[in-house]
Amino acid sequence: MINIKINGKDLSVSENTTILQAARQLNIKIPTLCHMSLHVANERNCTSSCRICVVEVEGRRNLVTACSTLCQEGMNIKTHSLRVINARRTILELLLSDHPLECVTCDKNGVCILQNLAQKYGIYENAYKGEMSKKNEQESSIAILRNNAKCILCGACETVCNKVQTVKILTHRGRGFTTTIGPAFELGLENTPCTFCGQCVSVCPTGALTQTSMIGKVWKNLADPNKHVVVQVAPAVRVALGELFDRPLGEVVTKKMVAALRQIGFDKVFDTDFAADVTILEEAHELLERLNKKEKLPILTSCCPGWINFIEHQFPDLVDIPSSCKSPHEMFGSLVKSYYAEKVGWDPKDIVVVSIMPCLAKKYEANRKELAHDGLKDVDYVLTTRELGKMIKEAGLNFNDLPDDEFDSPLGESTGAGVIFGASGGVIEAALRQVKYDLDGEKTQLEFNELRGLEGVKVCEVEVKNTKLRIACASGLGNARKVLEAVKLGKEHFDAIEIMACPGGCISGGGQPIHKRKLSNTIIKARRDGLYKEDRSKELRISSLNKDVQKLYKEYIGEIGGKRAHELLHTVFFSKED
Amino acid sequence: MKRLSSFEEFDLLAKNLDGLLDVKKGLVGESDKYIISICSGTGCQASDSEEIYQEFKRIIKERELENKVECMISGCFGFCEKGPIVKISPDHAFYTKVKVDDCERIIVEHIINHHTVEDLLYTNPTSNLRIRKQEDIPFYKKQHRIALRNCGLINPEDIKEYIANSGFRSLVKVLQSMTPNDVIDEIVKSGLRGRGGGGFTTGKKWELTRASKGKKKYVICNADEGDPGAFMDRSIMEGDPFSVIEAMTIGGYSIGSDEGVIYIRAEYPLAVGRLKKAIDQAREFGFLGKNILGTDFNFDINIKFGAGAFVCGEETALIHSVEGSRGEPTIKPPFPAVAGLFGKPTVVNNVETWANIPYIIDKGYEEFIKIGTEKSRGTKVFALAGKINNVGLVEVPMGTTLREIIYDIGGGIKNDKKFKAAQTGGPSGGCISEKDLDVPIDYDNLLAIGSMMGSGGLIVMDESDCMVDIAKFYLGFTVEESCGKCTPCRIGNKRLYEILERICNGEGEEGDIEKLENLSEVIKDTALCGLGQSSPNPVLSTIKHFRDEYEAHIKDKLCPAKKCKALARYVIDDDICVGCGNCARKCPVDAIYKTDIKSKRNNKLFLYQIDDHKCIRCGTCESNCPLKAISL
Repeated sequence: MINIKINGKDLSVSENTTILQAARQLNIKIPTLCHMSLHVANERNCTSSCRICVVEVEGRRNLVTACSTLCQEGMNIKTHSLRVINARRTILELLLSDHPLECVTCDKNGVCILQNLAQKYGIYENAYKGEMSKKNEQESSIAILRNNAKCILCGACETVCNKVQTVKILTHRGRGFTTTIGPAFELGLENTPCTFCGQCVSVCPTGALTQTSMIGKVWKNLADPNKHVVVQVAPAVRVALGELFDRPLGEVVTKKMVAALRQIGFDKVFDTDFAADVTILEEAHELLERLNKKEKLPILTSCCPGWINFIEHQFPDLVDIPSSCKSPHEMFGSLVKSYYAEKVGWDPKDIVVVSIMPCLAKKYEANRKELAHDGLKDVDYVLTTRELGKMIKEAGLNFNDLPDDEFDSPLGESTGAGVIFGASGGVIEAALRQVKYDLDGEKTQLEFNELRGLEGVKVCEVEVKNTKLRIACASGLGNARKVLEAVKLGKEHFDAIEIMACPGGCISGGGQPIHKRKLSNTIIKARRDGLYKEDRSKELRISSLNKDVQKLYKEYIGEIGGKRAHELLHTVFFSKED
Repeated sequence: MKRLSSFEEFDLLAKNLDGLLDVKKGLVGESDKYIISICSGTGCQASDSEEIYQEFKRIIKERELENKVECMISGCFGFCEKGPIVKISPDHAFYTKVKVDDCERIIVEHIINHHTVEDLLYTNPTSNLRIRKQEDIPFYKKQHRIALRNCGLINPEDIKEYIANSGFRSLVKVLQSMTPNDVIDEIVKSGLRGRGGGGFTTGKKWELTRASKGKKKYVICNADEGDPGAFMDRSIMEGDPFSVIEAMTIGGYSIGSDEGVIYIRAEYPLAVGRLKKAIDQAREFGFLGKNILGTDFNFDINIKFGAGAFVCGEETALIHSVEGSRGEPTIKPPFPAVAGLFGKPTVVNNVETWANIPYIIDKGYEEFIKIGTEKSRGTKVFALAGKINNVGLVEVPMGTTLREIIYDIGGGIKNDKKFKAAQTGGPSGGCISEKDLDVPIDYDNLLAIGSMMGSGGLIVMDESDCMVDIAKFYLGFTVEESCGKCTPCRIGNKRLYEILERICNGEGEEGDIEKLENLSEVIKDTALCGLGQSSPNPVLSTIKHFRDEYEAHIKDKLCPAKKCKALARYVIDDDICVGCGNCARKCPVDAIYKTDIKSKRNNKLFLYQIDDHKCIRCGTCESNCPLKAISL
């Protein structure tokens, strides 16, 4: 143990404790900006670059950063001496002197850490006026927007992109006052191996990284009487949306959400979980087929578009092993514009499909050319959880007082298997339920606890009809890389692997509500627990028992994995080696 | 050459080479053989020393003097102001500012007829007397050359000359009779401190690195010299590359490393070339590579190029750059001695520090500590620049006063102007005013008077230099060279610069000095690396010593040194003006108009005046006035 003194109070801490951690033990809050504990990703952004957390250590010539300085025996630390307060204020003033200060129109208004600190320190005027280092302009892409004028160069996006996701497209560019972060050679994101996972947006403490917005286009379509606007909601949205309306973390707000969507004016409010059940039928079928033939194993899940972008760029030689299933919301889109259109008698051209997703990569995915039929995109617009929150507020709805409402039929019915798609491990668990049900019948198993943790890589063995299946599950693309490399090198054998791009799964997706604590265990756990709670509350928990899905196959698709199924529900992937 | 594979073979070689430098050293008295050494440092090369070398060779061949005279290149003599320099041995005649056309004369008069070419000798500006020998020139008299001991003496492209001047003797001594701890002990006792800026005790660094766990360790030579006006490291590498190699090998032996890296700016092509040749020769002779001199000690050196970022002189940034990452500092601890290059224990020393090592080992620490002050042993090389007569490279014992360097060695201020300040330590250093001219220079004294040793740049300013403008210049450099990582350096220095710019433009406001002081203190207190922490020094030291100049700029809107154009007012002296109108005709912006006041000196013509609002301070009127009636 190491004995130190903070603000006159004695404290013993274990080795390798930072001053920041030690101060927390005494309930002393030291402000941080660039420092982030990305718990779920098991990573820390600690570039020591913002310098806001400086403290005074007796005997040291300069102030030291609390986030990155380890406690040493006998340290005498002052966390709010005049010298410290003055330094922090000055640093904030400097940051603000090179910041657009347009908080009212900024997407991160209210969750911006810089704004929050400026308020805490009572910085009301700009003491150091001067030239702005960058133009206040957006670098746009299909899903992610970057405004370097608002960037404080904390490097969190770099850490998450390079270390957590191992996509490695972000770097500091230039130097000195005009340094920016972005892809090398100022390339647009579409011209890089960016997966559009959006984790950079999630961890950005300011408004430098935000998303493209489709809200305007959706409102326009809603107002058009000649359009039939159908909305579907991904599972992870319902356990996070409430956070935008001050509801407890992880609360399941499905019914209020449905009510809100209906009041906003969507013609039909459907559930992506319905399509998730369809996905399971197709994917489980594919798995069994490959297992029987003993070919193209392991099968990889394909519902995460960030992950698909990743494999296309990073493992171009493996693009034939993911399941050929489209992601659920794309299946849903093509079903709406075929099956549903026929049913209700609308011309598919006049049907607009809007997806509410926890995800930014879905925005990219919706624009893939192969995910369309007869020139009509399967999904027309993708909105994030955050965007839905805005629409609800724009519509003036008092979310907390909304009455409970139910999804519409026929694409609103779902089982618990569809719900758990939102958490890491959920897709493969849903598939295993199905496989076991199909093969073992009554002896089926519903919950697979080995697949439910927040660990980056989970492995389990499942016995199905006297054969042992080896299953892996990875969340976070860095973990996906590890698993795939082990498989490629023949170090590991698996029959099936589920991969989700975001650490923890869709519940921590790039489109989810942003908090001051980035990738916090507490928040992600609460959302995950919400999903499992919803699952348990469902009468039916195995996809093939979904009555509406059964009807769909009977009336329209025919055989699982058949010709029509392939036309509507399957796709192809491309190798995108540069 | 067969690789040397034992100490005996080395001894034999050294014995054979004994006497190789006798002519150059002047040890042979009257000789029938001359050696012409032509400085081939970057400075002299820029003024055609390469052509001079070729011309000498051509003449020698043409006149068939090959047996009588040998001509060769040498490292920098340091007296760059007077370059290109040609030295004739054994009589040490020191010819300055030699041109290609002078070669013929030197050969005929000096070599053939044994007469000195008087007009090429150095003339002492105070006594107006010509001085023949190098050692009699005041510039050299007070110098004590350790790091530069071989510069100007040996041919930097010939390892044999290095060996002939005690080269590699220290390495042999170390391998033959000293344990690694003995070597470290010797360096600790010598009190040698890092010559690159920080002044950390070199032996301690080695000790820490040796003590760090790990099989793989690295030795790095920091040759990323970047201070404006500093060129001591470049000169050592150009003039004596072998000493760096020998020293790094000794360092490798001491800390338990088998791999060295020289991180050098790509803008130093000559130094790079010399180092490459030197490394090749050292490998050929068996001073680098496997089983050095038959022992089981292996060591080799690679060269890594820097792209010229100033911040890469900071050791953590340097290490990241060698690793192939962006050259950005990270916080210490961990120190490189614990986790350096590729996470392995690494010792980083700068070129000049390395150059001292063979001397200390060879002569023993006892000799070394006789030189210098108690806390700063040995010598320090300074690059003299600015408003000083003898621009060049000088090496003086620690504890020499600034007055001695500037007046005795440097020959005083150019054009007999008044000394105003000296800047040491490059952009991170501070300005020293006249009152501190007699402070003995060492690490601690310089810090105490608000500057720092830095790598040894010494820029002299005279009364025509505006100190606000000087602070602005250095801040401009830091703003340009900041890596952009931490807030105080990235934005803080830019804001400092902007305030200084405003003051120089006559837009200074009440409270600006206090703002500068506060911001400077915060940057010093909070910046991530040494570059940021020291960047406000020029501002703080100029405010400390020349606050009145700042006040004059802000309150009186005046630049006392008349340097800041925006604050300058061109005025036509009514007593001198004869109304010729030349100024008005030449003024590019029609700011000069004729008045209706008759000239005092010519009652037929009228006086002219300058409209200050229109004036762009270009100075055209001043230079075109035939009577010099216009001035600031």
